[in-house]
Amino acid sequence: MAHPVQRQAEILELAPVGAYHRLVLRAEGIAERVLPGHFAALAVDGADGSLLLRRPFFIHRADPAEATIEVVFAEAGRGTRALAQQRVGDVVDVVAPLGNAFAIPTGPASALMVAGGHGSVPLFGLAERITEQGGSVGFILGAPTADRLFGVEQARAFTPDVLVTTDDGSFGIRGQITLPLTEAMRAIEARVVYAAGPTGMLRAVAEVCAREGVRCFTAVEQTMACGVGVCMTCVLPVVGDDGVSRLVRSCVDGPCFDGSRVRFDDIGAVPPDLEGAAAMGER
Amino acid sequence: MTSEGMTGADRTVFVNTAAASTGGTGTGVAPEAVDLTAPFGGGSLPNPVTTASGCAGYGRELAKFLPLAELGSITTKTIMLAPRSGRATPRMAETASGMLNGIGLQGSGIEYFVSHELPWLAERGARVLVSVAGERVEEFAACARALNGQPGVVGLELNLSCPNADNRGLVFAANPATAHDVVQAVREVADPALPVYAKLAPDVTSVTDVAKACVRAGADGLSMINTLPGVVIDTDTLRPRLAGTVGGLSGPAIRPVAVHCVYEVHAAMRAGECAAVPILGMGGIRTGLDALEFVLAGASGVAVGTAVFNDPTTPLRVLDELREALAARGFAKLTDAVGLAHHH
Repeated sequence: MAHPVQRQAEILELAPVGAYHRLVLRAEGIAERVLPGHFAALAVDGADGSLLLRRPFFIHRADPAEATIEVVFAEAGRGTRALAQQRVGDVVDVVAPLGNAFAIPTGPASALMVAGGHGSVPLFGLAERITEQGGSVGFILGAPTADRLFGVEQARAFTPDVLVTTDDGSFGIRGQITLPLTEAMRAIEARVVYAAGPTGMLRAVAEVCAREGVRCFTAVEQTMACGVGVCMTCVLPVVGDDGVSRLVRSCVDGPCFDGSRVRFDDIGAVPPDLEGAAAMGER
Repeated sequence: MTSEGMTGADRTVFVNTAAASTGGTGTGVAPEAVDLTAPFGGGSLPNPVTTASGCAGYGRELAKFLPLAELGSITTKTIMLAPRSGRATPRMAETASGMLNGIGLQGSGIEYFVSHELPWLAERGARVLVSVAGERVEEFAACARALNGQPGVVGLELNLSCPNADNRGLVFAANPATAHDVVQAVREVADPALPVYAKLAPDVTSVTDVAKACVRAGADGLSMINTLPGVVIDTDTLRPRLAGTVGGLSGPAIRPVAVHCVYEVHAAMRAGECAAVPILGMGGIRTGLDALEFVLAGASGVAVGTAVFNDPTTPLRVLDELREALAARGFAKLTDAVGLAHHH
């Protein structure tokens, strides 16, 4: 896991992009540590506000030369609304980088990036890494509606292999992201699939990958209180190297998991074969 | 209306007159000169600040943000005899100035803790207050036995808010008799050199009665308070937000409740109704002045909990701010301020 740094970070840019907000922070000592898949945890209500819990956001870009990191977030509640109302020049408390980052194939490989909504945020840095080492990438970007897509132009800058789906057909193919998935994997002969977005989407993508026999890594999004590994709220059932399933923290053991190890169907449950499930009694 | 607007400009910070009359100069105490030695069981710790159980894991994550050895102690997440998966998610809901959690005491069990976590903590010079629990009295005692002679351990904290399997799942802290039984059983088997603290629940008829029972049973200290039970309902799904429905409320929202419990139990000790043992105060501490409230109410130690989720460096900041707050009020020693709010 990354060694996180805590900083009072100045807001350099804060502007809407589609349905989201793009936030650029000056944060000395953080950018050079960031790998694709890392996230940042931001305090949203100052040192004495009533919203105590940090909000976790995937890091979109990190620029060590400028000492900046960029996150993209959706307004989803009071905390993110408060963050969206901040101004350039304001200071937010940030802890980053956090999490385990994506496993990257050694040598040139063909990778398919699959993202729901602004789940695409951590995938562009990853695409850059893979391209740098001689690999190639394709994208499938999906969202309920066109305004909730993120990074279509950015993806097209990498590759002509970009497919877009929207549930309402307002952009690209009408339907869910899994609709063109199998065909796209075969078309670019993907050796690995990277998926990020809502849990239901990740489950569907992991299923297709398992069927096709393609490696799949998923960046999960679970509600967290601390982001640093102490609160135990962001757990999900994952099969360990020893074959034993445990509830593991998505903030330090993830958020990037081998999709074949995550028991997506059991998220929100305590299946009886989980280590320590017997101790929970009849509940 | 708050007093902030009406009288804020005229607020006076009172200095400790006792310190002034015994040679202190009131405001003349330098922060670095304040003696923070904190009574702990029958002994003491270098300073009064610890982490609240469940808010600092077993130290590894927090060590990236602060040197654990600089805290008076680190209180672990509660450890039970066997591994526990904990509850299903969602386990958490944010509330006004706090949060509701229902983790369900997830953990790898005492054996794993002793072999994997404790040696790591001891190597870093951390003084470890180990929180233990059981669903039966014997399980508490078995955990205590497993900790005898282990490095780094400075004391045991009994999480009495664990459901009692032999009493319809009612928590041990719910009544004086069951709390007494746990403390007595642990005190019998634990290394006599290790203080045993009983952690009390606030949602009882009389926290003082439970406190008295624990002290009678041999508790060397009392931790107050555990979380308050609460429910948050999601008005979109029309269901409780937590998978386990009921969770524990923590954070600044509960601080006055916690200060009240400490105040009441300390008052009983002053009145001679309960033998005097040190109190470890906790519940919503976010600043040094929050900690000072607990000290003035009667706590000689303080634990920082939920605020760690907001800022992992909070325990050390609280220590620094408490030192400065004591100095600014003319206290040369932490112990001079303990329970001072009762002198009126």
